[in-house]
Amino acid sequence: MNLPVHTEGLTKRYGPLTAVDDLHLTVHPGEVYGFLGPNGAGKTTTLRMLLGLVRPTAGTVRLLGRPPGAGRLTGVGALIEGPAFYPYLSGRDNLAVLARYAGVGADRVALVLDLVDLTDRAGDRYAGYSLGMKQRLGVAAALLKDPRLLILDEPTNGLDPAGMADMRMLIRRLGAGGCTVLVSSHLLGEVEQVCDRVGVISRGRLIAEGSVAELRGTAGLRVLADPLDEAAARVRTLVGAERVRVVDGGLELAVEPERAAWLNAELVGAGLAVRELRPRERDLEQVFFDLIEKGTADVA
Amino acid sequence: MSRSFRAELVKLVRRPATWLLLAITLVLAVTFTYVFPYASIAGGTSGPNTDRTLPMLLPDRLVGNSLGGLPVFLGSIVLILGVLTVGGEYGWGTWKTVLSQGPSRLEVYAGKLLALAAAALAVVLAVFVVGAVSSVLIALAEGQSVHWPAAGDLLTGLGAGWLIATMWAMLGAVLAVALRSVALPVGLGLVWMLAVQNLLAAIAAPLLDWVAQAQKGLPGPNAGSLAAALGAPGDTPGVAATVGGGQAALVVAAYLVAFAVVGGVLLRRRDIG
Repeated sequence: MNLPVHTEGLTKRYGPLTAVDDLHLTVHPGEVYGFLGPNGAGKTTTLRMLLGLVRPTAGTVRLLGRPPGAGRLTGVGALIEGPAFYPYLSGRDNLAVLARYAGVGADRVALVLDLVDLTDRAGDRYAGYSLGMKQRLGVAAALLKDPRLLILDEPTNGLDPAGMADMRMLIRRLGAGGCTVLVSSHLLGEVEQVCDRVGVISRGRLIAEGSVAELRGTAGLRVLADPLDEAAARVRTLVGAERVRVVDGGLELAVEPERAAWLNAELVGAGLAVRELRPRERDLEQVFFDLIEKGTADVA
Repeated sequence: MSRSFRAELVKLVRRPATWLLLAITLVLAVTFTYVFPYASIAGGTSGPNTDRTLPMLLPDRLVGNSLGGLPVFLGSIVLILGVLTVGGEYGWGTWKTVLSQGPSRLEVYAGKLLALAAAALAVVLAVFVVGAVSSVLIALAEGQSVHWPAAGDLLTGLGAGWLIATMWAMLGAVLAVALRSVALPVGLGLVWMLAVQNLLAAIAAPLLDWVAQAQKGLPGPNAGSLAAALGAPGDTPGVAATVGGGQAALVVAAYLVAFAVVGGVLLRRRDIG
């Protein structure tokens, strides 16, 4: 099977600085893969290596099953580190020039302008575009080749909330249409809403990978009951002390949410007043910071 | 590569700076080759160019007059065009945009060089055309008969002019790749062409024999020698018969190729920031 993205031991060093460290990354066909990490984690350097803009110090890259060389970007569209176009040309003319490089027909230009809702302003000079319009033109350029693999680096940068929602919808639509999308971001909500799978990178190393649900880990229960001390003691007896934490005047239990009814009956049966009992999901933001902290500690 | 060439041509033609540079080139060529010398002759004033007589401004001297500016002043403008064409991609960050569409670095670079070569030919043709018009106007104003150079001489002149102009454009391109910007390559290129070359020729070469010998291998003196061999006025800055015309043409061609190759090697090896 030709994997859309497959890297082995991908490494980039700049002198003593290791920007990307032994990265093994696999993106499967048709999935929307979120590449998550704080600023400076190595996301853009990785994407640049995928596209051949930066030469790896070590390791290999294959896109759509093809090794580096002529034609390796056939079927691949990309927007890397913000849009960059010729300021003296209009949006439409910029895309027309890029279409010549890509070897695609002029009909694609009108199509992709329509896709990103930029047709009305396509005749204006790029220099006069707002940041959001520039970003949309960048996405349009990435779509020129009707790609099977789309690589987007922070695609919602500069977009207003409506534009961000449109972009998320476009990414989901492309994913649903069979296009594989690799999208880097530091916006957790964005990744959570559009991605099937997420890889977290910190200091150049892939420190976690999985679905959003997998990254969140086991869900649990939050319990508010009176008196708290007696409730804590009872719950520790029921599920095991190691699964119970007292947080913010309540109990956080690392147990399956399906056990809520049983637990409620046990606590009420023991004469405790249960005020609240609800499933608890780990916030992705907390997961992210935990991972980054752990990754940093591991490296140190 | 033809895709890249066509894309580069579109960018070059649609860029306002290209036309501004062409306009400056033509204004300089007409002003210093025809207007000032003719004003001096018509007004009977004396000056350092008193050896420019009316016959030197007539159409039969078109080839030499058109080539005279290329070793230094007009060449500088073509060098700027070379820097802008390649360095602009660094300045705007558009290398990644272009390369993400799939062409290889060398395909894009070759397209740029071909577009520059075409632009250099257009500039030289334009200089010949405005020179022809200017010389005819002077001939008519002075009641002189109009005689044109032989077709072979015109073609040789156009070829030599293209060779010199393209060499300077390639120097601009390689400087832009080496320094990955626009401003510094333009500055360094102009310092070399307008200052260092003249200082070497005017001060160092008369004092030191090895500098005089080294001059015979530098691009500027060879461009000047080629222009001189085809009749460019000897009082034009940068024009001097340091070496023979044949050798000069070969050296200029060698520099053209060397600049192009070095730029391509650098671009291929380096990361695109």
